[in-house]
Formats: sequence, C-alpha cells, structure tokens
Amino acid sequence: MAPPRHRHRGFSRRIQYGLFFGYVAAATGVVAGIALVLIARFDPAAFEGIKGLALDVTTPVTRLTRPIVRGGGSLADDIGGYFGAVSENKRLHAELADARRGLIQARVLAFENARLKRTLKLVGEQSVPIVAARIVGSDLAGTRRFVTLAAGRADGVSPGQPVRAADGLVGRITEVGSHASRVVLVSDGGSAVPLRVVRTGEAALGEGRGDGAMEIHSTTVGGPGFRRGDLLVTSGVGGVYPPDLPVAVVTGTSGEIATGRPLAEPAKLDFAIVLPQAPAPPPVAPPQGHHH
Amino acid sequence: MAIIESDLLGQPSAWRRQAIPVVSTMIGSGITLLPFIATAPVLPPLGLLIALGWRLLRPELWAAWVALLLGLADDLITGTTPGTAMTLWTITFLGIDLIDARPMWRDHWLDWWIASGAILFCALGQGAIGYFVAGGGALWTMIPPTFLAIFCFPPVARLCALLDRWRLAK
Repeated sequence: MAPPRHRHRGFSRRIQYGLFFGYVAAATGVVAGIALVLIARFDPAAFEGIKGLALDVTTPVTRLTRPIVRGGGSLADDIGGYFGAVSENKRLHAELADARRGLIQARVLAFENARLKRTLKLVGEQSVPIVAARIVGSDLAGTRRFVTLAAGRADGVSPGQPVRAADGLVGRITEVGSHASRVVLVSDGGSAVPLRVVRTGEAALGEGRGDGAMEIHSTTVGGPGFRRGDLLVTSGVGGVYPPDLPVAVVTGTSGEIATGRPLAEPAKLDFAIVLPQAPAPPPVAPPQGHHH
Repeated sequence: MAIIESDLLGQPSAWRRQAIPVVSTMIGSGITLLPFIATAPVLPPLGLLIALGWRLLRPELWAAWVALLLGLADDLITGTTPGTAMTLWTITFLGIDLIDARPMWRDHWLDWWIASGAILFCALGQGAIGYFVAGGGALWTMIPPTFLAIFCFPPVARLCALLDRWRLAK
C-alpha cells in the first residue's frame, strides 16, 4: 500500500502560513484547555452556566430514549421471573410476616421516640423535600460517577443539595441546568460522607472508590470497629447531609477500613428526592444498650 | 436539513463534505447519553474513536485545531471537566500530524497501532485529570473500556469509511 497523501507544503506562501497558523491555533487551544482544567480544579463552580446549558440540551435525548432501553433491559428479568415463582412466593410470604412484626415494633418505637423528644423539648429537623424527580441517565465512559436528574433550577434544585431514594442516600447535586441537574454519587471518587455505624454509634467517614463501592474509615481510635452487615447512616456532622439517612452496608473489613455497598443502587433507581441542605450540625447521640 | 448539492462538477456540497465527519463524531460523543445507568464505566469513548477514524482515514480533512472544538463538544456532552478531551484530543491530533510528516509505509495495522496509542493516551490523561480535579476515582475501572475501545477501533474505522463513501457520493 502507498503512503498517505501528506499535506502539501510546496512553495506556496499562503499554504505554508495557513499550516503555521493552524498549529499556532492548536497549541494555543491546548494551553487554553489546560487553563480550563486548572480553573475547574480551583474553582469548581466556574463553569456552572455553560455546563448547565449543555445539560439542558442533552437531557431530552436521554429522556426520550429511556422507555426503549428500560423495556429491553427488564425483559430478561420478566422472563426469568416465571421460573422459581413458587419458591420465591413462599420465601416472600415468610419475609413479609417477619417484616410485619418488625414494622409493629418500629411503630411502637417511633411513638416512644416522638414522646421522648416532646418531653425533652427537642425540635426535630423535618426536612421537607424540594422535589422528586426521575433519574434519566448516567455518565458511562468517564472515571467520575454521575447520574442525571430530570429536575433543575426551575424546580428549586441548587448545587450541594443531598439526593436520596427510597433505599438510601444517592449523592449530592453538583451541576444544575434549568430543567436538569447532575448528581455526584456517594460511590464517586470525589465524594465523602460523614457516617455513623448504627450498631455502635461510632463515627465514620465514607469515601467513594469510583467503582461502585465505598471505603469506610473509622474516625475514632480504638473503637469497636466494623463488622460485615453493619448498617451505616449519615451522621449529619458538618451539615449538607441530614442525619439518619441510610447510606451503605458493610460488605467486608480489613483492619480499620471497611468496604461498603451503597444501599441506593443507581442502576435500579427510577426516582430520587432532592432534599434541602442541612444547615447546621445537629447533635448526635449513640444509641445506648442496643447491641445486637 | 436541506442538503444543497452544488451542480458544478456534480460534487456534493462543501457543507455536506464538512458536516458529516463533525456530526458523526458528536453523535459518537452523545452515545453516553443513552439512559443506561452504571456505577462503573462500561462504554468505550466512541466520540474519540470516530474522530480518530476520520483523522486516520482522511489526513487532509481536519487541521489539528479542529480537535479543540470536537473535544470541547465531547466534554460538554459527556459532562467531563471542560478542557479534558479538548486538550487530550488536540495533543493526539498534533502527534498524528508528526507521524504523518515522516514518510513510511502505512497500512491498516499501523493505523490501529497509532489509534491504540492515542486511545491509551487519552484514557490515561482523562484518569489523571479526573484525579487532579476531584482527587479520587479508581483508575482500574478505566482498563476494560480502554481495551474495549482498542478492539472497537477497526469496526469504527470501517464505519467512518462507509460514511466517507456516502459523504462523497454524487
């Protein structure tokens, strides 16, 4: 095969100048690109406007194609559901009976809790959700872990607000367009959430690993440590996240560090609720005499 | 969209000849908008692959600075830090210009090697910039899509060739 056509440099001044200025433009652009990255590093809110606009433009594509993809994805599940339906039914019945007992217990406790709070004159922070919206897509190719939410500034969403689903904490809003916003997941490498172990009341910090899991660090020295199956909830320390939202469950431990799986699995989420930012660090008391 | 064909010489319009490569690259970037929700990267960077396909198929089509605009569009569409693909793609195109400048035998295999190098460079660069900006993220999650991207390059190059035939069709 022959070598490709090279750009003809020739003797034409015009072509030579054109090539030269092309390279100057490219080099300048690279410098400008690096500058953009630096700006993004040191002023994360710098490109809010343009990124929000891009989000508004691209979200409709995702929203329109979603029904097609959902249909294809759930088909295999539907077919699989026919097999083993009987045994699953039995198991679910047993689970339901169990859950019912637990629910009654929980109602009693909730009542008692409210009564105790009233006695102590504790003002509970009732966070009224800002908006419930559909999760329409996620970034599939990069190293960061984002999902796109179909609600934006017009619905009262602003950067920094926590996002939860029925199962637990999803993440935090980073970019907002007027009708769409981007949520950085708790499993993203740039995310850190102050946590509390429900079993022991021990404070912990959950950092995203970027691969769908979280790394849980204990923030107390010589504490009781983590155990597999430990439930982690937000502690509410430092604001942003309201306290007592379920976040993750410990799947493995190695010394002081544990691995956690976020409870709200973004691949299975449909809807998420945007909550207002928790304004001040509320007091935290570990549960007493409640070891199981 | 009205495609205005120029009657002179029976050639397709300049608009069509320029737009098809650009639009196909932007559609490639937009593939990540499909509503799959994932907790780890699963798709190869199709925008980059299509851009490389065009660049290696038609060296005279784009000057290196075109990668600036294509990269910026990719950044905005995929939601990565602005400047990431813009910088990396332009450096890649400049590198390919350097390779083009030396006369040597070129075939499909060499193009694949060049594209593999470019894909690896962009993946590493994207990981590094992500780490620099956000201070986290597991780099190993980029390994499967990068390998996938390298193996996806030949079919993408064929796709570009098909589009090219359509682009220049009378």
